[in-house]
Formats: sequence, C-alpha cells, structure tokens
Amino acid sequence: MRYSAFRLFTEALRGNRGWQPAWRDAAPRPAYEAVIVGGGGHGLATAYYLAKVHGLRDIAVLEKGWIGGGNIGRNTTIIRSNYLLPGNTPFYEWSLKLWEGLEQEINYNAMVSQRGVLNLHHNDAQRDANVRRGNAMRLQGVDAELLDAQDVRRMLPFLDFDNARFPIRGGLLQPRGGTVRHDAVAWGYARAADRLGVDIIQNCEVTGFRIQGGAVTGVETTRGPIAARKVGLACAGHSSRVAALAGLKLPIESHVLQAFVTEGLKPLIPGVITFGAGHFYISQSDKGGLVFGGDIDGYNSYAQRGNLATVEDVCEGGMALMPMIGRARLLRSWGGVMDMSMDGSPIIDHTPVEGLYLNAGWCYGGFKATPGSGWCFAHLLARDEPHPVAAAYRLDRFAAGRVIDEKGQGPHPNRH
Amino acid sequence: MRIHCPHCGPRGHDEFVHHGDAVPQRPQTDATDAAFHDYVYLRDNPAGLYRELWFHAAGCHSWLIVERDTRTHEIRSVTFARGDA
Repeated sequence: MRYSAFRLFTEALRGNRGWQPAWRDAAPRPAYEAVIVGGGGHGLATAYYLAKVHGLRDIAVLEKGWIGGGNIGRNTTIIRSNYLLPGNTPFYEWSLKLWEGLEQEINYNAMVSQRGVLNLHHNDAQRDANVRRGNAMRLQGVDAELLDAQDVRRMLPFLDFDNARFPIRGGLLQPRGGTVRHDAVAWGYARAADRLGVDIIQNCEVTGFRIQGGAVTGVETTRGPIAARKVGLACAGHSSRVAALAGLKLPIESHVLQAFVTEGLKPLIPGVITFGAGHFYISQSDKGGLVFGGDIDGYNSYAQRGNLATVEDVCEGGMALMPMIGRARLLRSWGGVMDMSMDGSPIIDHTPVEGLYLNAGWCYGGFKATPGSGWCFAHLLARDEPHPVAAAYRLDRFAAGRVIDEKGQGPHPNRH
Repeated sequence: MRIHCPHCGPRGHDEFVHHGDAVPQRPQTDATDAAFHDYVYLRDNPAGLYRELWFHAAGCHSWLIVERDTRTHEIRSVTFARGDA
C-alpha cells in the first residue's frame, strides 16, 4: 500500500478501516543469503539498501527485542555533516544527502526538517577552530557559514550573550543540518525493506555463530539456527557482546548517554543550538518539547538509564546558554547504550571471520549516520569492498596508526 | 551511584574520575606491536561484573579498583589499586 495525501483522504472517508500493518511479522526461515543482526536504524537501512541498490532478495533482519526500541528511538534526532577530518566529512555529507531524499525514497513521512545546526563559540580560540572547521567543510562541498555575535543575536535573541564566563561571540552554522522524527526512520525503513521482501524477525536474539574453516555459515538464535552465507552485525551498544560470540575482541566500550525532553511549549527555538563552553545541544520538537542532551555519563554501562550527576551537568549547560530554560519543566529523561570506540569514529569493515561483517563504534554520532551507514554497509556486504566514502572506517586502523580522532582525546572512549 | 572509598568512606561518584578497565597490563617494552595494540585499544567490555580504575580526584587522590556490575551499577568491592597504600 502506497502512502499519499489521496490515500489519507479516502481512508478518512471510509473510517480508516483500510489500513494494513506496515510490515509483516515474519517467522525465521532455515536459511538466507544475508542476515543482519540488529533491527535498529542501521540494520534496517542496511537491509533496505541491500535489497534496493544491490538486488538481494533473500535477507533477514534479526532483532532481539522490537524494532525501533534501541538507540534509533533514544537520540536527540539531530542530523548534520559538520565534521573536520577527511575520513569523516564525505561519509556524513553522503548521509545528509540521503536524508534529503529519504521520504520520497521510502514513501514515509520522517519529518526531515533542515532547520539548521549552529555551533556557538565563546572565545577567540573557539572562533579560530570554527573557522578552520567551516573551511574544511566548504573545501569538501559541505555548507557552512560563520556568524558573528550580531548575526546570532538576530537569530536567537533569547541566549545569554553577555554571560560573565561564557559570552557568545558567534557560531558556525550548517543551514542544511536539522532534525528528523527518529521513530519514523525505523518504521519507514522497516516498511520499505519489507516491501522488497526482507524478513524482519523480532524477539529473535542471536546466541552464537556457526563458523567452519574460518568462515561463517550461520547464526544460532533463540528461535533456532539460521544458515547464512553473509552475516552483518549492526548491534550498536551491544557490538562487543555479539562479536565476542564469534571470538572477536573490539576496540569499543559501552557507555550510557542520556537525553531529555521538557513539557510542550510554543515555538521558541528555530533550529539546533549547541553550546560551546560545555557539552549541551538543544532543539524543539514539532510537538513543542525542548529536546536536549550533553555528555555521556563517563563510565562503562549496559544500563539504559543514567545518573543524576550528569543530569545536573547537562542542565547547568542549558542554564548558562539560555537561562529561561529554568522555567520549563522536565517531562522525561532516558538513556541509550552507545558503543564508544577508541578514537570516537565508527567501524564499517570485514572481520577476521570470512563472511562476517561489522558495523559498530558509532559513539553518539549514530542517528545522523543512519542512511549513510546502511548504504555503505550494504555496499560492503554485497561487493566485499568498502564504499569509497567509508573507506577510512577500517577495523585495522588502530593497529595501523590511522585513527580518526576528531577531538584528539586518545584511546579513552569516555572522553570522545 | 556511591563509591565506598576505603580511605574517605562513601562518596558520590562525581568526586571520582573514571579511568577504564583495570585488567589490561602494560606489556614489557620489547613486546610485539600486536601486544601493545591489544593493551591500548582492545577491551573485553563485559555486560556484568567489571574491574575498573577510578581516581578519587575530589578526595584523597587514591587510585581505586572498583568491581561493579555494568548492567545494574551495583558495586561489589572497592580496594586500593596499590595494595600497600
């Protein structure tokens, strides 16, 4: 069933009795050509592009819970491609280009809203860093505009410009950045993949791998064994655990990142704002809630909930940026488990086990990367070679000394 | 989360700085590149009991080894990283 305004209109006249489930609740078959482990945004996007771009039809996505229950529904919905390093920028820009055409591509309203992402600076050194980043972006074909304090004041008059410690001197704006309704991304990809014959199998946890002569031949699951010639892992914060079932040890630690939303307010914040003196980023959802977040909690965690000290730290950032936020009541907060890599950048690569592929280490850049990650992982699975824009995301880059460390923090996942 | 510092008593975790896995040991200087790669970059990252290093930055400046469950944040034991401290 194709979604359209006409369809919406006719269904309304018929009492909305004609809608069908958006995807089948598939039961596992004994064998597939390719199995994707993890039914989050990245796994579903991978399955979709495998079917759509590379013509594979015999694909299953295995999800231990329900699709959209993990980080795809736990982030702050921001999309952007304002990266500095050559290994990152082309990938995130390709991902942003895919966002721009996503809704037409998958026939699903994901509410992609390019309302702009503004990174503020508060001193000369930060301005210089933003100039450098903006130039690096523009050299690689990404949009970037440097704003001075007056420009920012016109756009966001409610910020605390003359804060004694962190006065706002300007910012780097990426006008094409913005927000997307995150749940709809999972549902939209699931529906589009299902229409191409992909089996989406929920409540099916992978408990082991079948490996013969160094090559994968299938997976063991809570719903029985499934044979597959190719297996792709897209397990977000649980990458280490699943990879360990195949005898692999990854350059990854799992950490919890919290997000927050206030009660619904009238339109206030036009785009995404990030504070430069602490770690705080905020936007306003279409329902009116202020959606914001900050740093990870800082210690390894598989609990999908965070600690109060981080809540305090994030809210202090918000108060320093826009004191009126103190009047808004916090409605909810939640946590997601991130696979923080040793250099803060992701991995899309082969593993030492033939036929087993890894998509991991997204830290907290995972949501914006969803379409690009799916596109490039599908390319790797189908053609057995990395996609050109993801060619730097190799598993062996740590041993080879080619790390991609945007923040220059060294091998400490809790500082990226 | 509260960490029971053996010197200072129970304190909020925000007094401490987390330094990661306490299990990897620095290889000898003549060890292979592979051994150093393993030590610097690879982690077991268990979902369950985890031995980790914390530094009591806003307290006694002791390095501590904390045994904690990464699924529940329940702390099993806290000891000085150096036995004779």
